[in-house]
Amino acid sequence: MSVSTTSSVRPRTRLAHVIMGVGMLYFAVPLIWIVIASTKSQPDLLSSPALWFGHGFDLPANLKQLFREDDGVYGRWLINTAVYAGVSALGATALCSLAGYGLARFTFPGKRFLESALLGMIMVPGTALVLPTYLLLSHIHLVNTMWAVILPSLLSPFCTYLARVYVSESVPTELLEAARMDRAGELRIFLQVVVPMIRPVMVTVFLFTLVATWNNYFLPLVMLSESKLYPLTVGLTTWFNTAQQEAGTRLLFNLVTTGSLVAIVPLIIAFLMLQRFWRGGLSSGSLK
Amino acid sequence: MSVNVLPSRQAANAEMLPAQPRRTRRGSSFQARQSIAGALFVLPFLVIVILFLALPLGYALWLSLHSESLAFGSRFTGLDQYVHVFKDPEFRDGLWRVIRFGIVQIPIMLGLALVAALALDAIDSRIARLFRLIAFMPYAVPVVIGALMWGFLYSKTFGPFAGVGHLWGAGSLNFFGGHLLLISLGNVVTWAWTGYNMIVLYSALQGLPREMYEAAVVDGASPIQIAWHVKVPAIRQAISLAAIFTVIGTMQFFNEPAILARFAPDIDAGYTPNLYAYAQAFRFGSFNYSAATSFALGLTVFVLSYAYVFLTRRRAARA
Repeated sequence: MSVSTTSSVRPRTRLAHVIMGVGMLYFAVPLIWIVIASTKSQPDLLSSPALWFGHGFDLPANLKQLFREDDGVYGRWLINTAVYAGVSALGATALCSLAGYGLARFTFPGKRFLESALLGMIMVPGTALVLPTYLLLSHIHLVNTMWAVILPSLLSPFCTYLARVYVSESVPTELLEAARMDRAGELRIFLQVVVPMIRPVMVTVFLFTLVATWNNYFLPLVMLSESKLYPLTVGLTTWFNTAQQEAGTRLLFNLVTTGSLVAIVPLIIAFLMLQRFWRGGLSSGSLK
Repeated sequence: MSVNVLPSRQAANAEMLPAQPRRTRRGSSFQARQSIAGALFVLPFLVIVILFLALPLGYALWLSLHSESLAFGSRFTGLDQYVHVFKDPEFRDGLWRVIRFGIVQIPIMLGLALVAALALDAIDSRIARLFRLIAFMPYAVPVVIGALMWGFLYSKTFGPFAGVGHLWGAGSLNFFGGHLLLISLGNVVTWAWTGYNMIVLYSALQGLPREMYEAAVVDGASPIQIAWHVKVPAIRQAISLAAIFTVIGTMQFFNEPAILARFAPDIDAGYTPNLYAYAQAFRFGSFNYSAATSFALGLTVFVLSYAYVFLTRRRAARA
């Protein structure tokens, strides 16, 4: 909107910019803090001002210690997190795109019911499912394995809903009919015609499940009991507990801060790089 | 609604589609194949829904209707557990706390997100774009790490904020106790989710056709008038959807209090209903009671939000 040409609007825009500046500071403060904190050694962390650098620049030393502590278990957690999040996100994206396409462009018995149930499924609070899922999985000895985290993370009714909306808006039926005239198989039509058209929503769904699994705490906390299987969220909190119980004598707070920084950098980069895609995908779902 | 009901319903379907009367046998077998293809596309998702949504819910329901005791083993006790849960002072305290929290925090957060989204929609400058990016960044930060960072920032040993109280001679502030505790938690949640909601609402605004408010611009309406009288009503659906997801999230409040509990001894096992359900299962080993607790909570949330969606949709359809 180019209304800002009228003179009365100018000061308002400036005021809005000032408010945005304050907002940016608010949202950035914890992130600035974590960057600064991870350059500090344990004594500096306690003695120097929180939002300014300490005496030394210890980020390299912290990183080295981070990946060495407990026989390099942090690296393990990092890999676990990437595997859990990556596999879950890929799987959920595949399931949601297939189901979204099936619901948007086919009629089959039970479809209407499934579509109205979808809204209900979105409303089911996720954490209410975690405890019974844990009990069920413990019957078949799947708890304390990576599958206990990955399989429940594949459930994403919201993403299916998003994909369905996107397909019905952006994949013309005539195109599918033309492909069928050419005697293309249904799976081939999906892969070669539909997938390229719905790529924005697939990226969105991928990123959102990636973040949800990367950030998940409750599910792995319940499912896993072995430190080697932990993702970063659970691992870091156990370190934090130790650091606090022993007042920073054995395990050090600087490992918790540096570990937190390393844990959030990959996702922030992913989001910045894929900005164009996820914004496009989001707008389709929120309109409905 | 799985595959075994296919044949009978299919026949019905074929009858209901007599639109092309000259459809030969080949036509209806095409229909049948299409129908099977569609069902197959949905099948993998359906399997996951059955295994990880329907089955756990059913099992939780079963557990909540039974009691486990040494003397009798597992036996059916009907709604006894639920009566117990809703009478349990710890559960009620937690539920009431979460409701109070939501009544204050949700409108503040969504209000901020809406104002920010409207500002972003009206102003397209470099500062606005940078703001959009930075406000959204907390979404990519795990809630656990967000809560840890704020925990450090609030703490007297690590953080800069506890000393703020000295400015008006109040001594150092205790963010982990008294009235400030809920506010501290609210700040963590607001920090983490405002940007996300802002982006959702902003995307909805961007999807509006420009012609919608061109007339108002010509009539000399100010950007604020346009925002309030044209844009906000137009994205009402997106706003109420964001509100619902926020309410669902708030009722399940777990991560932030679980992390801040390490700083704040006031956060006990029953601080929120979800913390209570977790403690019941893993600290006291009473899975049946835990299932009843989380089922009672889930049911409350589900019924409320579903009713809300149903009502707002009906109203939207009528309007």
